[in-house]
Order: sequence, then C-alpha cells, then structure tokens
Amino acid sequence: MIKDSGMARYALWRLLGLIPTLLIMITVAFFLMRVAPGGPFDSEMLLPPDIEANLNARYHMDEPLLQQYFRYLSQVAVLDFGPSIQYKDWTVNELIGQGMPVSLTIGLAAMVLAFILGTFLGITAALRKNTRVDYSLMGVAMLGISIPNFVIAPVLILLLAVYAGWLPAGGWDWSVASMVLPVVTLSLPVTAYIARLTRGSMIEVMHSNFIRCARAKGLPESLVIRRHALRPALLPVISFLGPATAGMISGSVVIERVFSIPGLGSYFVQGALNRDYTLVMGVVIFYGVLIILLNFIVDMIYAWLDPKVRYDE
Amino acid sequence: MTNKTDNPAIDPFEAALGVSDVKGRSLWQDAWHRLLKNRAAVYSAFIMAAMFLMIVFGPMVISWESDFTDWDFTSSPPSFGSGHWLGTDAVGRDLLVRTLEGGRISLMVGLVATIVSLLLGVSYGATAGYFGGAVDRIMMRIVDIIYALPFMFFVILLMVVFGRHILLIFVAIGAINWLDMARIVRGQTLGLKNTEFVEAAKACGVSDWDIIRRHITPNLLGVVIIYVTLTIPQVILIESFLSFLGLGVQEPMSSWGALVSDGAQDMESAPWTLIVPSVFLTMTLYCFNFIGDGLRDALDPKDHF
Repeated sequence: MIKDSGMARYALWRLLGLIPTLLIMITVAFFLMRVAPGGPFDSEMLLPPDIEANLNARYHMDEPLLQQYFRYLSQVAVLDFGPSIQYKDWTVNELIGQGMPVSLTIGLAAMVLAFILGTFLGITAALRKNTRVDYSLMGVAMLGISIPNFVIAPVLILLLAVYAGWLPAGGWDWSVASMVLPVVTLSLPVTAYIARLTRGSMIEVMHSNFIRCARAKGLPESLVIRRHALRPALLPVISFLGPATAGMISGSVVIERVFSIPGLGSYFVQGALNRDYTLVMGVVIFYGVLIILLNFIVDMIYAWLDPKVRYDE
Repeated sequence: MTNKTDNPAIDPFEAALGVSDVKGRSLWQDAWHRLLKNRAAVYSAFIMAAMFLMIVFGPMVISWESDFTDWDFTSSPPSFGSGHWLGTDAVGRDLLVRTLEGGRISLMVGLVATIVSLLLGVSYGATAGYFGGAVDRIMMRIVDIIYALPFMFFVILLMVVFGRHILLIFVAIGAINWLDMARIVRGQTLGLKNTEFVEAAKACGVSDWDIIRRHITPNLLGVVIIYVTLTIPQVILIESFLSFLGLGVQEPMSSWGALVSDGAQDMESAPWTLIVPSVFLTMTLYCFNFIGDGLRDALDPKDHF
C-alpha cells in the first residue's frame, strides 16, 4: 500500500526530528540549573570544607561543567536520572516512579472528561447557534477559560469541602472522593476551550457543500450530523489535544500544590526551590518527552483522520 | 484615488438617496461598526476602562496605605463602619487598596510582557515569512522546537535562576510568549508578500527592510491588534500563576496572583481575602477575552454566519 508506506516514512521522519528538540531541552535545562546562584548544599549551617568537597565529589560536581554535561547526557541516554540531592537515599527514577501514577491518573481523567464534555457542549451550542442556549453556553465557556485554576481550586474547596463538607479538602488516597475536585478543576479550562473550538468548527462544517449534499439526498438530520459532520468537526479538537496536554501539565503544578497531592508537579516546585538539580532535570525531561510524544501521536491521529493530509511533501 | 464627487457611476445613487455626497467607508470603519454591534465586547471595554481608572486613581483617593496594619481590625469582614470597605487581611491591611495596587503590578506585567512578545514575534515572523525558503524553514523549525518545550517549567526555572526581580518577570514571560505571534505574523506575511503593491515596491527598488517596515508591517496591524488583546490576559494569568506559587513578585509588592495565594491560606477564617482579588483577576481576564473575541470578529470577518 502506497499510503501506508508513506505514512510510515512520515512517522519515522517526525520521530527523528524529535531528537534535536530533546537535546536542546536537556541542554537548556542543564545549564540554566547550573548558572543559578546558590547550590544544593547551601544551608543555614556552613558545612566543613572537606564534607562539602566529599558531597560535591559524590554528585560529580567537582568536575568541569562540560564533563558533567556529557556525563549527564550519557546517563539520560540509558534512562538513568541519577540520585536525588534533596531526598537522600532516593534516586530520581524512584521519585518519578512514585509521582507519575498520581499525576497521570489526574491528567488522564481530566482529559477524558474535558474531551467528552467539551465536544458535547460545543456541538449543542453549534446546533442551536445564535439562540439563548448558544449564548449562555459560550458565556459560561468564556468564564471557564478566564477563571484561572488557582482561583477555581480554593473556591471549590471552600464551597464543597469546607462549607458543605461533601468532599475532602485535599490529600490523595486513590479514592474517587479525593479525585473529584482536582480532576474537575484541572479539566475546566480545557473543557471550555474545547467547547468553543468544537462550536466554531461545527458551524463551519454545517455550512459546507457535502452537508448540503447529505441533506439533499434525504438523510435525517441526526444521521447527517453523526455520519458526516462529526468527524471533520472534531479535527481541530484533535490537534488541540497536544497543547492541551502541555497546559494541563503546567496546571497540575498548581492543582497538586493546592490539593496537596504528591505528584510530579509538587516534586518539581520543591526541587526548583531547593536546587535539587537532578530531580528538576528528571521531571523536566520526563514531561518534555511526554509532551513531545503526545504531540507526535496527535499528529498521527490527525493524519489518519484527515484524508487531506499528505505525507509525501 | 478616484474622486467621489461628480462621479457618473455614483450620482444616480446619490439622487435616489437624496444626499449630495456618498461617503465611502474604509475597512477600519467597517470593523469599528461591527465591533460596536458586539454588545459583550462593548460592555467589557467599559468595565475595563472603569477598572483601569480605579486601579490608577483608587490608591490615591483611598486614605489607607497598602502597608498600613490596622491592629484594631485584623481579618475584619467588608464593612463601611470600619472604613475598610472590602475588609482587611490577617494583619489588618486594607484589602481594597492592596487589590488595586496588586492590579497595577498585574496590568503592568500584562502590558510590558505583551510588548516584549509583540516586538520579538512581529519582527521574527515578518522576517521569516518575507524571506521564505531556507531562512523561513530554519527560523520556523526553531520556533517549533521551542514550542515543544514544557514552557511553564522553563519560566519557573528562569524565575528560580535569576531571582524574582520584577523586570525579569516581564522578560521571561515575554520571551516565551512570542511564539504564537511569530507564527501568525509569518503566515500573514507569506500571503502579503505576493501582493501587487509589494511587487510594485520591489520594482521601484525599495530595499527588503523598507518593504517589511513600510508595506508588510502596517498590513499586519489587524491581526496584531487581535492578538495583543488576547496575549494580555494570557500574560496576566502566567504572572498570577507564578506569584501564586510564590515565584512571582515579592512582599511588600503584590499582584493579584499573590493576593489570591494569601487569600487561599486563610479562606476558612476570612473568605473575602480570597474572593476579592479573585473577582478582580477573573473579571479582567474575562473582559479582555471578550474584547479580543469581538475584535477578531470585527477585523477578520471571513467566518461570519
């Protein structure tokens, strides 16, 4: 099949293109962290010089910077992020392994919720465009985009946890109750954005010739929408999923802090403040790879859904 | 330019309408009329104007200083009796004054960082789009690479590395926010570059830079205006986000994000300290988004249904 081989070549090409992105990301993060004033062993108490020298030697920080850089690159190449500086006895791999399931669960649940709810609301608004339903849905969606999640989160805690007492105010014990607030808060802005996006593209699709044609051949409206309008209308939403993931990941930093959830985001902020070089690098690289890979997958899905995308260019 | 008076093609219409002179309407006037018809955008503009005046003049008019601690009224709820209309925080500072002064910082960050990203994005995008070919490919590839980075993490790193100086907040946010602008401007420039007036300028021997400056940039104005109104709330949001995490502006300065963060700390005993700055922040973002949307519909009417 010509198309399949073209797609495989395109995919391979795109994958190769990811390597420079990754390299640049690692390099920038590495040197940024190292030029930061203050080191990981600064504390109120001055360390005796030989102890500090020992510590530096343990983390190879007595070597020239370039040597450290290449050492780090070769470590990352075999997926070893080294020992954490702040959490003694922990490697960064272990810390990421611990935070990741929590962060991924919240992120995935929020994404699924945002996609289903967002497209549903968007289609509803589009099919009733310029009516009161449409205006109020889009007004609410704009509000969802405008209210930052660090405002929504405390307000929801105040209303639903402190005053009403229905849900726990924070913490994480893998129970559904402890997931509801973080997931809803995280998904809200994305839901709103998807709703607006879907409405716009749905309206555009409903004006296109093939919809008129489908109607002209006597299909009932529900079939016209399901069989003909839905797929092209969802294309912009699919391509938004990449940036949406990135947005959710940075949103999760706030969410994890507000709800005191032991996820990757809270490790990152703690690590950055304490100059835990290895931990910060580990989280940045992990999330970077995640975002890049998801963008790649989204592009592939898009190419598969949209017959107009060509690979041979 | 054709003279509209005494034009044989227009005269019959003038006679039918009973006017002596038909006035043409420029594209900008058309856009202005469309904008005025968008009620959400107009209301938002009025609210923003009022908010702006309050933020600029409010702290001068109100008798409380933002760092004055009124020990008789710590964590007191909003009331007219105490003189603290919107209440005080845990150490007795007047919330209204603090919120208005925080607004100065937030709006200033919004404007300055937007200008930084505007300058970077427009010059970068216009250059890439105008020269095209290999230059364009390399320049846009760089944008793609930066785009794929988990950028909030880099802003946080930048703040940690270079300390929390307010100027750095402007630069850090602006320097990261220019990517969208560059992409949009590049796309527009690619279209503009093949127009007749650019060809005419080339034929006259105008230099590349003068063409970019005199002919391309003015025609990008519409897109840029739309994008600026949408960038301002985005930037305010990022700054608030950083301040909320404790990485933005530092005491005694404060911004809306820092105030929301403080308010979230004592929301159980003093919910108004959370609600007041939240309302100001959300209102501003809401209005800017509506104005940006209105401008987009007005200036770029290709998808009007």
